[in-house]
Amino acid sequence: MLIGHQPKPFLLSVEALTVSFDGFKAVNDLSFYVDENEIRVIIGPNGAGKTTVLDLICGKTKATSGSIHFRDKDLTKMKENQIVQAGVGRKFQTPSIYDDLTVFENLEISYPRGRTVFGALTFTRDAVVRDRVEEVAEIIFLKDRLNMSAELLSHGQKQWLEIGMLLIQDPELLMLDEPVAGMSVSERVKTAELLNRIIEDRSVLVIEHDMKFVEDIAHKVTVLHQGQILSEGSMEHVKNDPKVIEVYLGH
Amino acid sequence: MIDNPRFANRSELIGILVLAVLLVVILPLCLDVFRLNLVAKYLTYAFVALGLVICWGYGGILSLGQGVFFGLGGYCMAMFLKLEASSPENTKIQSTPGIPDFMDWNQITQLPFFWKPFHSLSFTIAAVILVPAFFAFIIGAAMFKRRVGGTYFAIITQAVAAILTILIVGQQGYTGGINGMTDLRTLKGWDIRPDHAKVVLYFFEVACLFGCIFIAQFIRHSKLGRILVAMREKEDRVRFSGYSVANFKIFAFCIAAIFAAIGGAMFALNVGFMSPSFVGIVPSIEMVIYTAVGGRLSILGAIYGTLLVNFAKTSLSESFPELWLFGLGGLFIAVVLAFPNGLAGIWGDYIQPQLNRLMPSGKSGSGPKAGWHDSSVADGAPAE
Repeated sequence: MLIGHQPKPFLLSVEALTVSFDGFKAVNDLSFYVDENEIRVIIGPNGAGKTTVLDLICGKTKATSGSIHFRDKDLTKMKENQIVQAGVGRKFQTPSIYDDLTVFENLEISYPRGRTVFGALTFTRDAVVRDRVEEVAEIIFLKDRLNMSAELLSHGQKQWLEIGMLLIQDPELLMLDEPVAGMSVSERVKTAELLNRIIEDRSVLVIEHDMKFVEDIAHKVTVLHQGQILSEGSMEHVKNDPKVIEVYLGH
Repeated sequence: MIDNPRFANRSELIGILVLAVLLVVILPLCLDVFRLNLVAKYLTYAFVALGLVICWGYGGILSLGQGVFFGLGGYCMAMFLKLEASSPENTKIQSTPGIPDFMDWNQITQLPFFWKPFHSLSFTIAAVILVPAFFAFIIGAAMFKRRVGGTYFAIITQAVAAILTILIVGQQGYTGGINGMTDLRTLKGWDIRPDHAKVVLYFFEVACLFGCIFIAQFIRHSKLGRILVAMREKEDRVRFSGYSVANFKIFAFCIAAIFAAIGGAMFALNVGFMSPSFVGIVPSIEMVIYTAVGGRLSILGAIYGTLLVNFAKTSLSESFPELWLFGLGGLFIAVVLAFPNGLAGIWGDYIQPQLNRLMPSGKSGSGPKAGWHDSSVADGAPAE
């Protein structure tokens, strides 16, 4: 077990994290560690606190106690946009894209340059930006849709677009909340392929219910139940854990 | 392939040109000086409407207190003009000559310290811009950093408008009270009251308005403009793309305040007085209605909206003074219910397609966005 003051080889260290909403502890004394280039999947029944954990890491929700260290930075003391700039990207559960803008503009806004007011005013759409947007659009299967209003995309395409918006940020830690929810079978296959491609050179934290999908991608699985860790380890280990079978997989 | 003009695309340029011809050539030729001066008065509100397009239309920040900034700009200008009109020779019958008449009536015997810098025109011009910008920055920082938005923000701006009105009326020794600052005469010795001066001031105002239109166009076509639209829809997504949402909102609110203040200063010059009746809740809401009628997503639409509503107001309230407020309220409800994008939306959805059918132009497909509906907000950057 690693203690806080030792040098941390981990990319992300969550320690004794607790958040309480009016006395209800949605996340209770939670600790886990994510390595560089690791793909960690968080599973658990509804209400286990999975999304809350992501909210805490990205700063959307403030922790009641505990710490979240990303490299040597304490994320609990930072603002959302600073956390993003430190290299943490977050995808929301429902596709969160800008309907009134085109696919190109959606990606362009996520491009990590000109993030201050003055920077945004003087931002120019130069060749570097165009090339990068086109490159990402190709990866997310939307290259021929660049000029389309994002509103007209299908549900699956919107999910891809949001993944693309994260990809263009080039985060070191990518957090995905149910990336294949609501997708058709063929879209799921494509998404798995997409995720496998974008997880190179970065750590990924995924919440997912689709067990087939989890088995395909997870290096390590953390099972949450009532805000606490029920089990942690390889998919094989977790699947055979009697506690997990009882509260989650057995259903 | 993906064009990103700095100021305006071709069709927007045509729209700006049409407006320029209307304001610079047609109206001055068709109207007498009295009516032209009325247009000048209407156009002072167009500055406010223009700011609201940026702040409300693009940024989604509804301010029901733009009268505050209109008033601050207007009062700054009026203070300069009032001081010039209160030279010791002009005011020698007062018990204390050399101070504005309303101060003398209120037994004030010395010019208050905050009035003194307004002897200088350059200070006044700086103050017209900076005082409202600073004020907007304080309100914006206090609200947006704490994530106060939407209706709550609108209500707070209303409260600020009410407070400022009460303050101005209550401090009549310093502000002229409910009557405001009247009897403004000269600008650096140049009389602003005769007809030829009114014409000159009208053209000066139109020039300033086009300056503001170009600034608004620049903002709209910059990435900041797109971030405002993105923020209006998915604030969290913008935040989690690494932007400080509060700073962008503060910027939009400050720009709207500055535009409103320039309008206020123009009002003091063109109309020749400034009073708290342009600061409070009712004028602030009226200014929002102008924007809504014109189309809150359209920079040029807001200007046409302001002109049309004010023409209607003048002609209707000349004949049926009691009915006008009901008419205005009804108009607002009708626009919000039936045409949420205002006149610009009607133009873009109904008239433009008809025109395109009659006159097919070089560009096909979604069609060129001529006129004053900035429909590429919805369609994104037009594809070439």
